[in-house]
Formats: sequence, C-alpha cells, structure tokens
Amino acid sequence: MANESVMNEAIAMPGGVHAEPGMQVYNQKLGMWVFLASEVMFFTGLIGAYIILRFGAGDWALPGIPLEEGGTPLNINLTAINTFMLICSSVTMVKAFAAIEHGDQKGLRRFLLLTVLLGASFVGIQIYEYMELVHEGFMPRCSDELAAIVPNCHLFGSTFYTMTGFHGTHVSLGVVALIWVTVKAFRGQYSKENHGGVEVVGLYWHFVDLVWIMLFTIVYLI
Amino acid sequence: MATAEATMGGMAHAHHEEQSFIRSYIFATDHKIIGIQFLFASLFFLLVGGIMALLIRWQLGFPGQAVPFGDPISPKSYNALVTMHGTIMVFFALMPMVMGVFANYLIPLKLGAPDMAFPRLNMLSFWMFVSSGTVAMASLYVEGGAAGAGWTAYPPLSGAAQYSGVSLGQQLWIVSLILFGASSLLGSVNYITTVINMRAPGMTLFRMPLSIWSLFITAILALLAVPIIAAAAIMLLFDQTIGTTFFLPADGGQPLLWQHLFWFFGHPEVYILILPAMGIVSDILANGSRKPIFGYHSMVYAIITIAFLGWIVWGHHMFQSGMNPLLGTTFMISTMAIAIPSAIKVFNWLGTMWRGNLQFHTPMLWAIGFVSLFTIGGLSGIFMASASVDIFIHDTYFIVAHIHYVLFGGTLMASFAGIYFWFPKMFGRMMSERLGKIHFFLTFILYNLAFFPMHLLGMGGHMRRIADPTQYEFLRPLQPLNQFISVSVFLLFLAQIPFVINFFTSLFKGEQAPLNPWKDNGLEWTVPSPPPHGNFETTPTVYHGPYEFSSPLVEEDFLPQNAPLNGGERKAATVGAGAGE
Repeated sequence: MANESVMNEAIAMPGGVHAEPGMQVYNQKLGMWVFLASEVMFFTGLIGAYIILRFGAGDWALPGIPLEEGGTPLNINLTAINTFMLICSSVTMVKAFAAIEHGDQKGLRRFLLLTVLLGASFVGIQIYEYMELVHEGFMPRCSDELAAIVPNCHLFGSTFYTMTGFHGTHVSLGVVALIWVTVKAFRGQYSKENHGGVEVVGLYWHFVDLVWIMLFTIVYLI
Repeated sequence: MATAEATMGGMAHAHHEEQSFIRSYIFATDHKIIGIQFLFASLFFLLVGGIMALLIRWQLGFPGQAVPFGDPISPKSYNALVTMHGTIMVFFALMPMVMGVFANYLIPLKLGAPDMAFPRLNMLSFWMFVSSGTVAMASLYVEGGAAGAGWTAYPPLSGAAQYSGVSLGQQLWIVSLILFGASSLLGSVNYITTVINMRAPGMTLFRMPLSIWSLFITAILALLAVPIIAAAAIMLLFDQTIGTTFFLPADGGQPLLWQHLFWFFGHPEVYILILPAMGIVSDILANGSRKPIFGYHSMVYAIITIAFLGWIVWGHHMFQSGMNPLLGTTFMISTMAIAIPSAIKVFNWLGTMWRGNLQFHTPMLWAIGFVSLFTIGGLSGIFMASASVDIFIHDTYFIVAHIHYVLFGGTLMASFAGIYFWFPKMFGRMMSERLGKIHFFLTFILYNLAFFPMHLLGMGGHMRRIADPTQYEFLRPLQPLNQFISVSVFLLFLAQIPFVINFFTSLFKGEQAPLNPWKDNGLEWTVPSPPPHGNFETTPTVYHGPYEFSSPLVEEDFLPQNAPLNGGERKAATVGAGAGE
C-alpha cells in the first residue's frame, strides 16, 4: 500500500492502539467506496426506468436517421468529443495521483489543473448542448412540432434530461471538489505520504466518468 | 454528562476540549448525543403518528360523527391522515428509531470505538432528518392539504393534482422523502465504515453482538435501497413540476414502473425496520435468559439470508397490479423462502430461553412480546405471499393487520425493549420497573385487542383505505367490530401514558444507574453511565463473544467481552467490570 501511513493514522485509536484490521484502507477511502455503491444504485434506478420506458414505448428515435424521418434530435458528434474529454480527464486524474505518490508536487498541480479544465469544459459543452436542444424544441415536454416527428418525444425528453442532468450535476460537484483539492495542492498540503484527498476525490471522478460511458452508449448510440 | 466528565478527571483524551452548549447538544458530533437527539425526534413523530391513528380510528368506528372538540373528518382529510400516518410512522418514527437511535448509540460503544468514522457527516445526517421531518409536517398546513395518495404514493393518483386534489402537499411529501433518503444514506455510509474499520482489537466480526450485526446488514440494505426511492421520487417530482411523463400514461409513461421502483426499495425497507429489532431482541433475550444466544452463527447467516432474499421478492406487493402469473409464482416462492431464515431466528430465540434462568425485567418482557407478536405477523405474511390467497385479501384490512403486527408488535416493541434496556446507559438513571411493567402488560393486551380483529375485518372484505365502511351494505355487520377496534386503539394510546411519565420522571429523578445494571457483557457496560465524550479511557481489548452468560469458567454468571480469562487477572477483571459503582 502506497499510503500506509495515511491509513494507519486514520484508523489508529486513542492510546496508540490499532483497531481490528478491517478492510486495510483508511476510513475516507472506504467511505467513498461505500458511497459509490449507493450512487451505482441511484443511476441504476434512473437507467432502469429509461430501459423499461423505452422498450415499453415501442417506437424510439434512433441515431443514423434524419430527424424528419424519426431520427434522434441529439448532436452525437459534439457529445462524442465531450465524452473523449471526460475520459481524458480520468487519465489526467490518474497521472496526478501517480505524481504525488512519487512526491512530484509539480506534476500533481499540473495534472490536477488539467483535470479541472477538462471537467469544466465537459459541463460547459453540456450546457451548450442543452441550449441548442431547447432551441430546437427538445425539452422534458417537447414542442408540438418536434413531438409530431420524434416518436415518444415526451418520454425521450423526460428520460434524457433526467439522466444526463443528474450526471451533469455529479460532474459539476466533482469539479468543485477537484478545485478544492487543486487549491490544497497549490498550497503544498499533499505529500508523498499524505495524499488521501487526491485519491478519494479521484475515486469519485472515475465513477462519474464510468457512468457517462454507459449513459453515452445507451442514450446516444443505441 | 457534565458530572460524568468531571468525575472522569484526567481520563478524557487529547481531543476532548471543552465545547460550547451548542456544539455539545445541538450541532453535536458525538454519536451518543446524536443518538439521543434521534430518540427525542422519533418519539415526537411517534406521538404525531399516534394522534393521526386516533383520528383514523375515530372516523372508521364512528363514520361522519364530529371528532370530540372538532369537526367531522372529510374524505379528503381522511386520505391525508392515512397517508401521513403511514409516512410518519415508517420514515419519521420507526426508521430513525432503529437506524438513528440504536445504530448511532450502540455501534461505536459496542465495538469499542471512540466515535463514528465520520462524526460531522453524522451530525449532517441528523439535521437533514430534522429538515425532512419539518417539510413533512409543513405539508400538513399548506393549501390543498397534505399528500393523499397513500404512503406508497402510487401514480397516477400521486402524479397529477387532478386525481387526488392535492398538489403542493404531494410535492412537499416527495421533497421530504428525498431529504430523508439523503439523511439515511449519510448514516449508512457512516455505520458501514465504522463497523468495518473501527472495531477494537479482538472484536472480530464473529464476536460482534447480534444487534451490531443486524444494524450493519441493515445499513447495507439502506445504502442500496434508498437511492432507488430517491431516483423514483425525483422522477415523480419532475412529473408534477416540469412536465415529464415518467408515470403518466397519457404520454407513454408507466404507472406500474413506480410500483416496481417503490417496492424494489419498499421491500428491503421492511427488513430495514425489522432486522435491527431482531438484533436488539437477541441481545436482550440472551441477557434475560442468562444463557448464550442459541445458534449465534446461524443467527448471523439468517440475518444475511433475509437481507439477500429481501431484494428479490418485491413483486409480491404487486400480484394484483397486473403481472405475468409465471413471474408471480417466482415472487411467491422466493417470498415464502424468507420464512426459513425467519423461523431459524424464532426457534433460536426459543432455544435461548429454553431452561434459562429467566429474569423478567422490563426489557425482557418487551423482547418476549416481540417474539410472540412477530411470529403472528410473520405467519400472516405467508398468507399474503401466496398469490392465490392474495387475490382475496389484497388491499383489505388483513394487510393492515399484518403490517401492524410486524411494525408495531415487531419494531416498536423491540424499540421499547431497547429504550428500557439502554436508558440507564444513555441518561445515567434507572427507569421505574413497576411503571415499565404496567406499560408492557397494558400495551400487550390492548395491542392484540386492537389489531387482531383487523384480520377478521380483512377476511370480511373491509377495504384498506376507505373513509366510510358503512356505505357498503356487506360491511355494515362488521361495524361493531370496527367500533371495538377503535375503542381498543384509544385505550392503547392511553396505555402509553405510563411510559411518558416513566421516561420523564426517570430522566430527572430516577435512581442513579450503576455501570452495569443488567449484568451484561457488552463493552458499553464497562464505561460510566452516561459514557464520557470519546467513550473509552483506553481502547478496550476484546477476548470473548458477547453472550458468555453462566460460563462455568467464572464465578459471576456473566463475562464481559473485555475481561481476560487467565489466572489472577480473571477475577479482578470480572468483578471490576461488574460490581458497578
């Protein structure tokens, strides 16, 4: 374990005694894993509802068909670029963590800053995407013109905005957490031995990334 | 608390700086204070829910007559009463009772930890609960009245104001449910992390008391089930506010989807309510029988099995909602399978008491009451699990009887057992045994008079949520039974007065509690009553399981978990821990 000292410090009890070995990870990391389990269930609820509604509805707007013939109103190319950026931000997050594991302060700061930038750009592009879609009349309750050509447009809008909206909220909260970690990194508050914050926020960030890969696939691509 | 701190002198740890009143008792991070805060909050909601029950029973027993000192209850207010009674009792009285009071108070103390893994998250969890309860109470006073779609909030009834006549009340109901979910989620993360990582040296998983095992498994259930209802509640809120169509059939939505999501959460939820009760009762029964719990390991595996099966049975709430009979059969079989681990538990409790040196102290009486009533509730559950029988009894008072046998007879009885048992530790004073026993016997008898006849009403076809049974000719002959139930419920409510008197007089004037009044083995009984901030002077080391009663190896009939068993140390340790002050 790279952060053995972090771990031992966290589970040490008063009087210098150590607790039963438990999971051999420090509390914050374990707590984040446990929390992520509940997040998995939350998105399972949203995605499960989408699957039931979509396949219960029969006809659905598919990619690869022009909008006028019942195609999807979504801009897949733009979101593909966005997806790529989010995946890259996971890579930079890993690089930031690897840097501080070796005590590389400069690397930590550089890669954290990159991660924040990529994450914030994702949110920015998603907001732009929403504005364009709303302009076209694609909303939780579609405009009459769009509802006439897009099959089950209201249902599509309901599920689309709920799922991607909650994901976007998660990314935004992740960006806020990352900014906090980055500020701490610039103040030199992490070290080779003590960098639990980077790891815990990193875990959350990878989870958010992973959820998006699923959402992008089932909402945009199939 | 303050006197205990003073007598403890230099025992306190480094991080025990003096704290202001607000930090110590209002925005407290100490798990014991948070547990006590939850206790007062859930007792308050128990009273509110209880008063609503009285109003419901007034209307059913004497339909259309004016409530004493009030007006007659309109059908719309009756709907709101039924909805809010269920909501408040399940989410704001019973769940915080088991998962707020006992989980908070017992987990660190029984595991030998100084506090929860995340004390500040714990505080946040309590205050989110308060805000959620406030929103729920506020919904009683808004225009259009409180939510009226039942505690299960089935759409389309709950989906749009035109069906139930309630809009803002229903939305506040959803918001309070989401806040409640967030609160319970934070609690679960805390409990799970604490149980895994914060156990004192020697406290292996299979030396944990069954109360902690059940709270641990329950926390996992809540962690995974609550997000589902949060997702569903958010969709329902969007249907009402921003025009989505998740559950509204007019635009392709599916009302049945809500039922699936609700019960996918709702069935684990009933185990969230009953498993901690089982754990508390196991602890108290072993103590009151002065015998090791019968089949400790099988008890643990039974808890885990019940929790697992709880995930694959939700469809049994929906036999009448339109379901492929083949699917119904699989739900029926998996539901009936739960009877096996439940029976293991009941037989183990009986085995624990069998030929024990029974001590009928108040907590023990409540625990025995739990076992008897839970058994009745469990057996009526098997009737409903059978899809063909359920056609007849679905949505009748049989269901109401069943839910009250497991939640009142089960969870609430165990909660009373737990309150009487741990009150001395919480407040440093003993409760009156005499008042406690009066409370128990009156409650036990009146409870059965109130709820057992509901099975008969259900068999007679009395529907579950109608405001006026007398409008149906076939229900009119049952009206005397309805009145009998109503009177029993009024008396049952009055029977709680001894508890209120006992609780508050003991709080201020009760006899000083010794260290270990029940001669129990748990680590919480080795620290002063009430325990100081930080709990343990030095981290205890654990040598035994929690149920070493009447061990032939020691003179006393109990053996605290932290008492070593080697030669000269042995006697000193047991006497020191047991003799009290």
